[in-house]
Amino acid sequence: MLNDIFVAPFVDMFAAPDFLMQVLWEGLVSGILYALIALGFVLIYRSSRIFNFAQGIMVVFAALTLVGLHAMGVPAWICILLTLGVMFVLAVVIERVVLRPLVGQPDIILFMATIGITLFLIGLGEIIFGGENKVMITEELGIPTGSVLLEPFGGLLILEQKDITAVIVAALLVVGLLIFLNKTRMGRAIRALGDDHQAALSVGISLQTIWVLVWFIAGIIALVTGIAWGARAGVSFALEVIAYKALPVLMLGGLESITGAIIGGLMIGMLEKLFEIYWGQPLLGGNTETWFAFVLALIVLLFRPQGLFGERIIERV
Amino acid sequence: MLYRTAGQFKTSYTADQALFPIRQDAYLLGIILIFAWVVFPLTASEFTFQTLLIPILIYSLAAMGLNILTGYAGQLSLGTAAFMGVGAYACYKMVTIMPWMNPVVAILLSGVFSAGVGVAFGIPSLRIKGFYLAIATLAAQFFLVWLFEKWAWLYNYNASGAIQVPNLKMFGVYIAGPQADSMIQYFVVLGIVTLLTLLCINLTRGNLGRTWKATRDMDIAAELIGINLMKSKLTAFMVSSYVVGVAGALFVFMWRGAAEPNLFDIPLSFRILFIAIIGGLGSIMGNYLGAILIVGLPVMLNTLPQTLGIPISSAMVEHLNIMIIGSLIIFFLIIEPHGLARLWALIREKLIIWPFPY
Repeated sequence: MLNDIFVAPFVDMFAAPDFLMQVLWEGLVSGILYALIALGFVLIYRSSRIFNFAQGIMVVFAALTLVGLHAMGVPAWICILLTLGVMFVLAVVIERVVLRPLVGQPDIILFMATIGITLFLIGLGEIIFGGENKVMITEELGIPTGSVLLEPFGGLLILEQKDITAVIVAALLVVGLLIFLNKTRMGRAIRALGDDHQAALSVGISLQTIWVLVWFIAGIIALVTGIAWGARAGVSFALEVIAYKALPVLMLGGLESITGAIIGGLMIGMLEKLFEIYWGQPLLGGNTETWFAFVLALIVLLFRPQGLFGERIIERV
Repeated sequence: MLYRTAGQFKTSYTADQALFPIRQDAYLLGIILIFAWVVFPLTASEFTFQTLLIPILIYSLAAMGLNILTGYAGQLSLGTAAFMGVGAYACYKMVTIMPWMNPVVAILLSGVFSAGVGVAFGIPSLRIKGFYLAIATLAAQFFLVWLFEKWAWLYNYNASGAIQVPNLKMFGVYIAGPQADSMIQYFVVLGIVTLLTLLCINLTRGNLGRTWKATRDMDIAAELIGINLMKSKLTAFMVSSYVVGVAGALFVFMWRGAAEPNLFDIPLSFRILFIAIIGGLGSIMGNYLGAILIVGLPVMLNTLPQTLGIPISSAMVEHLNIMIIGSLIIFFLIIEPHGLARLWALIREKLIIWPFPY
């Protein structure tokens, strides 16, 4: 028993390093996607202290809109622009209808409101686009679909080109976002609002504009995530479950930290794959991916209650 | 007018702190109880029992359990459904291992198991707070559902992986399983729910309830005035999981008749959270109002198009349902973030001083 837990998995890892690398690569790619969703959460949380549960369904909604528009015969790049337009309208409507009347309410009320948004979008999406699984328009968007074969240690490592594209696009998105947040006026305004609502308002930052902007950026991130994940697994409402995967990423990385979201996402993506392959399947009957990330995050949180990169929780009485 | 309180003088603190400081409240509750115990059973059809009365009671019990934890002790939990599952599976194991056991006793005991699991998963709450804790309770949610699926002992090595409620007798009458009569099941559920509601009301009014509320309002300040936070939080987890576990056992044994692990998945947790929040956090009555809304609304929406004669497919109804519930949640949060119970409290205050504005 102890041998199975502490020795055998590592022996397996060293015996087949190419397989280990394949597992890590798969984990890295799904980790990137978790990180992207977590990024959407973090942005909204930082600027408004809203725990946005609807980020997962926004991913589905963006991907469905893209595919649905293309099915109507619109060229791919116009589809992207139109989808961005839809996400912008969505951001404005959410801010106007839901968030504005709820400014200043306790966190849990706003959280519930985002679950309400989630249900609404699920119903709307099913009515407009139907519930069946759809194929992402990978080729029309110019994403390469071949695969790269590498041969490290005399083994075989298969890297899908669309995964490589996803990694590169995600990296570019993160860099762009960091530059936007740190170097531009709007980005500074977002961070100021996150630090202190009243102080930000008093120097003339518009709460409404910034919230629309932040939800729109979250929509853009959702679209990118939707394309990348849809290219791997098709577009359907099952995508929504990956939103749950982003939650332990947030815990692990800290709710406020962009770096935390990315590092947490990559860590969880890789560790859960490793655990599933080397411990979960042989010892626990498989499918451990549903809870491993949560338990890992829980253990880390016991030692660091604010996550690895979160802001230190200071309480005053 | 009906709520005129003139003439009801209180001469002692005990009278002021009584369960019903205003006489009309007691009358109102009496009328509701007469309806629940006598009028509904005499008039309700099989359909009403199965789609409205029994589920409303069970959901309000589960929401009450959650409300103790979230509304009174301030610990947000998203793992309610998993604790319901623990109660259901514990009850199933007890009645299959010990078939001679009185089923009502088994249902009440099954809460003890979920209370134990609840305390174990409540331990992180001593260090983790707010949304971090909420996500931490999701660990319980996903881990326990996975366990229900993989641990074959729990469902007696069934090929289907589901638990099936056997026919259970109490005093010579079937009260659970395929042969049980809906009205009898309704009375069992009503009895247990009434009992636990009474227990919860008095717990939240008493010393324990006050320490919970102090913990909720500001835990550091509560610690400074000498409240043992560990005790307060863990008892909240314990009582809450007990009630939720009993609700879970009732859910499967008195209503669904069978259960698969994914029945206890996260949508059920959210549904119960909706009930608790729309009903009103920190209120016992709110759970009932919330459950009536959340359980009754889909039933109403399902039958409405048929009665109006609008031709509409059932899949469409399903999707419209989800949309409407989503928007109603937002609507109710906007008009009254403190829930239906608060709305009722406002109406009641207005009634007391009516017809004067102040």
